Amino acid sequence: MPAADRPDSVYFFGTCLIDMFYPEAGLAGMELLRREGLKVVFPQKQTCCGQPARNNGHQDEARAVARLQLDAFPGDWPIVVPSGSCAGMMKTHYPEMFEGTPDHARAVAFSARVFELTQFLVEVLDVKLADKGRPVTITWHPSCHSQREMGVLDQPKALLRQLSNVTLVENPREKECCGFGGSFSVRQPEVSAAMVTDKVNSIEATGATQVVSGDCGCLMNINGAAEKAAKPFTGRHIAEFILERCHGR
Amino acid sequence: MAVEARKSDFTGKAHVALNDPKLRANFRRAMDGLMTKRAAQFADAEEWTSLRARGAAIRANALAKLPELLELLEANLTRNGIKVHWAETVAEGNAIVLDILQKAGAKTVIKGKSMVSEEMHLNAHLEANGITPVESDLGEYIIQLAGEAPSHIVMPCIHMNKVEIAELFADKIKNLTYTEDVDELCAAARAALRGAFAGADAGISGVNFLVAETGSLVLIENEGNGRLSTTLPPLHIAVTGIEKVIERLEDVAPLLSLLPRSATGQIITTYVNMISSPRKPGEKDGPKEVHLVLLDNGRSRVYSDVQLADTLRCIRCAACMNHCPVYTRVGGHTYTFTYPGPIGKLLSPQLEGLDCAGDQVHASTLCGACAEVCPVQIPIPDLLARLRTEAVHPTSVAVKGGGSARSLADSLGWGGWTAMYSSPLVYKISTRVMGLVGNLMPASLPMLKQWTSVRTKPKFAAKSLHQLARERGFSNE
Repeated sequence: MPAADRPDSVYFFGTCLIDMFYPEAGLAGMELLRREGLKVVFPQKQTCCGQPARNNGHQDEARAVARLQLDAFPGDWPIVVPSGSCAGMMKTHYPEMFEGTPDHARAVAFSARVFELTQFLVEVLDVKLADKGRPVTITWHPSCHSQREMGVLDQPKALLRQLSNVTLVENPREKECCGFGGSFSVRQPEVSAAMVTDKVNSIEATGATQVVSGDCGCLMNINGAAEKAAKPFTGRHIAEFILERCHGR
Repeated sequence: MAVEARKSDFTGKAHVALNDPKLRANFRRAMDGLMTKRAAQFADAEEWTSLRARGAAIRANALAKLPELLELLEANLTRNGIKVHWAETVAEGNAIVLDILQKAGAKTVIKGKSMVSEEMHLNAHLEANGITPVESDLGEYIIQLAGEAPSHIVMPCIHMNKVEIAELFADKIKNLTYTEDVDELCAAARAALRGAFAGADAGISGVNFLVAETGSLVLIENEGNGRLSTTLPPLHIAVTGIEKVIERLEDVAPLLSLLPRSATGQIITTYVNMISSPRKPGEKDGPKEVHLVLLDNGRSRVYSDVQLADTLRCIRCAACMNHCPVYTRVGGHTYTFTYPGPIGKLLSPQLEGLDCAGDQVHASTLCGACAEVCPVQIPIPDLLARLRTEAVHPTSVAVKGGGSARSLADSLGWGGWTAMYSSPLVYKISTRVMGLVGNLMPASLPMLKQWTSVRTKPKFAAKSLHQLARERGFSNE
């Protein structure tokens, strides 16, 4: 999107996971947009993108929940989502889910307005960050749907590299799934446990004291495993991490 | 012999595999190596994108015309002197192969690698009828000695390491002194197999591509065993699935450029065999008889569904399993049936039925690492999601065992979920309640218990983002 298409207002879709477990990450995402001079609209009607039902084979249920989101974001503004997974659901799956229904046209229009947060910050707003934080070494964890459905991998790293006191070290296994997978983590708990154990070990091996990610599903999984195993790092959502750096904390 | 009815037990078998450190190390090391080799082959993203689009188009075109191409293939093969047999079921396929062998008086068979023969459990059927099959692909030879099934569709013994193979050889190969020297182990297998090649009454192989316009069988391999199996004995029987047909000879080149590079990171295999007829008068070698057995075994049913038919594009390169974070940790035997990994999670539930292998469609995080490397662009996660739907809300007779995962608990659970997330008011009340009491839930609750086996409990926030957004003055509209 060229700079001329910079909107004056955006919608924020907070995601249900952030809503209930990580509201500070959502709030940080909204602040990052507000400090760029945008009006940030958070429709109180919003709930969940519907992905859990879709991924468990319940299409009607997924559509019922998705339809509420179509209703909740009626304007033309971009819909910014602090999760590559939920954004991927709304961008790539809404059009196919509503195919052959009266809501198809508006689902297509809706999906065209969906942006993952870091994608929006980099591609649309071209933000410039000033780092006021202390030196820290971090690594990045891309969620599967962020990198593969949204094509978001370089944008968050570009943001993190703007932070002068932040050393970003690459995890050679960063692209490998952390093993969350929603219901997978309870349907195949042992496989999921093996995957997240390998993931936290690979993060530890980078020497980073923080792992930063754009998806709270992965973070709930990675942080939970890191805390249980008393690993020497913690996970943060990128919005919270960046906002804190810019505030000098 | 009747094929024993089996049921997938992914959870149980994964438990065993995950607790076998040697097995896990073998797979991790092998898959890491294969991923690195493949990545080196497709370093040029533009070339990869255009080549795989071409590969996908070739396979999609062939499937779009499948009935007519199969007829054309049969006509051209017959004209070339290759006898074509159609097998609707595994039992029919086995009976056809046995009949051909018995008519020829064959007692020993040398086999090139064939996953379809594994799908048929052909070796067991032949042995039960007094015919001795000997696998000649080194990996297949090893697992035949071990009495195991392939754990990978390209590298059947990838679950074993050098030491395990050394021990197996010392135990099974006569007069062999224990050695861990790879060259000596290969030489021992070669010596044992030479006799089997020379003495075989018939050769059985698989097929990589069937070229309709020329009536040719294309077979790729690295050891020369495929060529020997198909040229040395007087009788050659090829077995494969009906979906392997492609329209034109020129379609072979792009697929040949995709398959080995995706599979093993090789530019091309050491041997590329194109078999277009039995031995002709005046020729000095080649089999006197060539047969092709085309197996359906549920493929027509898969084909009848316009979306699921994409499953049949597969060219069996195994890149999906090489890149699968689940397969890498649990190995091929966890999948019970012939085809493991992501493509197996699509094939087994469709060929065997969702009532039989339905657990496999959920043994995935839908991470998409498979689809990212698939050389014919099979949208594996989308097809898994579709099969998950068929398991609880059947829409198509093309899916065997549809609806088999329906349960009252599942319906009620998702009904409740939908009631909460499709109503702003119910959602608001629910999140308020969870914020107040959610953290009091004991870790011994069913789902939390599994979660907390290696993780701490997630902590509900005291205030939701909805509340905080209101408090911080973010507009509602």
